[in-house]
Amino acid sequence: MIRLEKRPQPSRAWSMATPLVAVLATMVMGGLLFATLGKNPVEAIRTIFWEPVFGEFAFYYRPQLLVKGAPLVLIAIGLSLGFRAGIWNIGAEGQYIIGALTGAGVGLAFYPMESWIIFPLMVLAGAFGGWAWAMIPAVLKTRFGTNEILVSLMLVYVAEQFLASMSLGLLKNPEGFGFPGSRNLQQYASAHNGEIIAGSGMHWGVVAALIAVIFAYILLNRHMLGYHIRLTGEAPRAAKFAGVKPARLVLFCLGTSGALAGLAGLFEVSGPSGQVSIDFNVGYGFTAIIVAFLGRLHPVGILLAGALMALTYIGGDIAQGNLGLPSAAIQVFQGMLLFFLLAFDLLTNYRIKLGTEGAL
Amino acid sequence: MSTPPLLTIEGLTKAYPGVVANDHVSFTIGTGEVHALLGENGAGKSTLVKMIYGLVKPDSGRMTLRGAPYEPAEPRAARADGIAMVFQHFSLFDALNVAENIALGMENPPPLRDLAARIREVSETYGLPLDPFRTVGDLSAGERQRVEIIRCLLQDPKLLIMDEPTSVLTPQEVQILFQTLRKLKSEGTSILYISHKLEEIRALCDHATILRLGKNVGECIPAETSARDMAELMVGTALKTPERGVREFGDVALDISGLSVPAPSAFGTALKNVHLTVRRGEILGIGGVAGNGQDELLSVMSGEVTCARDAVKFDGAPIGHMGPTARRALGVLTAPEERLGHAAAPDMSLTENALLTGSVREGLERNGFLKWGATRAFAEKIIQAFDVRTPGPDNAARSLSGGNLQKFVIGREVLQRPEVLVVNQPTWGVDAAAAASIRQALLDLAAGGAAVICISQDLDELMEISDNFAALNEGRLSAPRPTAELTVDEIGLMMGGAHGMEVAHV
Repeated sequence: MIRLEKRPQPSRAWSMATPLVAVLATMVMGGLLFATLGKNPVEAIRTIFWEPVFGEFAFYYRPQLLVKGAPLVLIAIGLSLGFRAGIWNIGAEGQYIIGALTGAGVGLAFYPMESWIIFPLMVLAGAFGGWAWAMIPAVLKTRFGTNEILVSLMLVYVAEQFLASMSLGLLKNPEGFGFPGSRNLQQYASAHNGEIIAGSGMHWGVVAALIAVIFAYILLNRHMLGYHIRLTGEAPRAAKFAGVKPARLVLFCLGTSGALAGLAGLFEVSGPSGQVSIDFNVGYGFTAIIVAFLGRLHPVGILLAGALMALTYIGGDIAQGNLGLPSAAIQVFQGMLLFFLLAFDLLTNYRIKLGTEGAL
Repeated sequence: MSTPPLLTIEGLTKAYPGVVANDHVSFTIGTGEVHALLGENGAGKSTLVKMIYGLVKPDSGRMTLRGAPYEPAEPRAARADGIAMVFQHFSLFDALNVAENIALGMENPPPLRDLAARIREVSETYGLPLDPFRTVGDLSAGERQRVEIIRCLLQDPKLLIMDEPTSVLTPQEVQILFQTLRKLKSEGTSILYISHKLEEIRALCDHATILRLGKNVGECIPAETSARDMAELMVGTALKTPERGVREFGDVALDISGLSVPAPSAFGTALKNVHLTVRRGEILGIGGVAGNGQDELLSVMSGEVTCARDAVKFDGAPIGHMGPTARRALGVLTAPEERLGHAAAPDMSLTENALLTGSVREGLERNGFLKWGATRAFAEKIIQAFDVRTPGPDNAARSLSGGNLQKFVIGREVLQRPEVLVVNQPTWGVDAAAAASIRQALLDLAAGGAAVICISQDLDELMEISDNFAALNEGRLSAPRPTAELTVDEIGLMMGGAHGMEVAHV
């Protein structure tokens, strides 16, 4: 019989190794999955993990990694602060949408004026929009004790309806021949979040994501607020004893994650996507939850996890195109990654013992 | 005693990773004998009785029950062989009534009405009156213990194991329990009585086996052995009694008046019109059975629960509205009972745990940025000054034994030079030597001019160190009285007497 025995303290080695082991296990099981679908598993895995970075068309895919990875990292960093403290913002997707709408809205309000001040104003508006949307579950939780998981999640669907209404109404391009969707911000120089170095994929969102990683790292490791966040997650009663005010922490964590998600939305709408449209959001807000956990809620881990996730997205797309793998298989593959990560995570705190010795 | 042996234990050994819990333990329990198992926390008493009760399998050794080999695979097998056990921590559902709780533990429970009749019958026979239809959540600790005892007695056991049964009882309730146990003994039931309270063992038990660090270090007849000799067998060294010294009382440091706080949860305790004052240099002992408002009183003093401004005063200034951080800045420090999860974060290192309460007074932060170097130095200072056994301050709090973590938690507050220190159960689960050093630290603190409040369920501890004594009973605090003038009976009455329990006269 196999049983688990709690370690006296968390194993540092396993804590570092689990993401790698999880990726390896995902490769093995994913390979089996692809094999049963009649594809060459080695070829499929190679396409997903190798092709985007070192393949023939890598010059095209590498910038895409940054474009896909940046919003994931930016949102996941915000979420990880709350997750560390046991505050569950599941609605980053909604805050992402609202941030894009408020940011783009500010930009479009200035059209066609050109000024350097417009883009910074849009950035502020995007962050504000996401922050405000996240304040709804935060205030409801601190005032009335509602569950932030439910409220933030449901507000995603409200935000989606709002997005549809905006792209069909207020923000619709007046010169767009009646098609839904706003003006293309890529064609409006003052509002365009263009590449900082041509061909690199590096836009302001990537810069913001890197800054967020550094700030989160300093906050969690060097600042009292970060210590209180960790303490609240590990032992809520001890946190209260230490003098942490839970309500203040809820407002901070939800607000910060909302603002970062709003920023991600703004950088996306003013850059790679270019316009507000009905199907503008593609699930970054939800995938970022996986990225946050895959990165073990650690800023540097999230940076790596965001890169890995972007890789499976792009590699998955290539595999769909080149090998004819169904998109559902790619989603299963991504799901496996989270599953194995959480499963192997157990080994950080427990060790496996064989035999029935001493079992109850 | 010349009674025939009921249970013989020979060479029982059980090792856990890193520790040998029992090392070739042997003893014999006679029929109708009350046998004491004496030892400090961590001496291996619990492991031993778990093996007898079938919860843990021994690595080696033999048990013989009434002449036949006895190897229980699980508690059910042990119960079938007539062995019953009352645990220190009750396994009862608050929301169900007594009869329902007892039915849940039975293999084939009879209809509730028949069961209730049997509960009444057994409870009256053994002097343990109990209404089978009362909700367990409303019962006192002593009454809950009765539920557990009656649950055992319904099985008609040959051997009843009782794990620290008096830790939740007032002195009066202890007397009632002892009468019941003596009656059981007179009917031929053997009792294995686990405790570290020597006077109880001397009053009740026929034989005692003393365990130290998993080894059987001696046997004695308690009635013929002095408590001091037994204590020294148990601890292994001569005991040092803390020095009280002579102290002068100064001004009133902490003043609580007319404090009422509603219960934090359905089965919590509301504090009702609590008054207390403690002067500099004074140690106020607060006794009482667990669950009578101890946690609630501590959280009002720590600032985790705030109240009316004037209900709590420090040096005459109102602090009732202040949170924990503001109170620490003034010098009002506390150490809660629950070490893991309340006083310390289990998965955080000792350094991080030193920061938990030390940041304000030890200056461990500047503009919100943490000084890890200073924090680590503070943690090392605690470890050294309070002899905390750990490889270093980077180890997680949960890797420490309970006693060592307790030393760390108390040391963390004591070293911050408190003006007022409130501790709850400061020596719970701590070995005798460490307990003595913690008590000494509290006495030294008072001698240095701090006001100390010691909330404890260990009456001996309170008698030893406190100048004045008050008791909590259902959220009310009795008026403090000088400890030296009190008798055990008076203390028991302050704690609520027998909580409305009485002995059925048989």
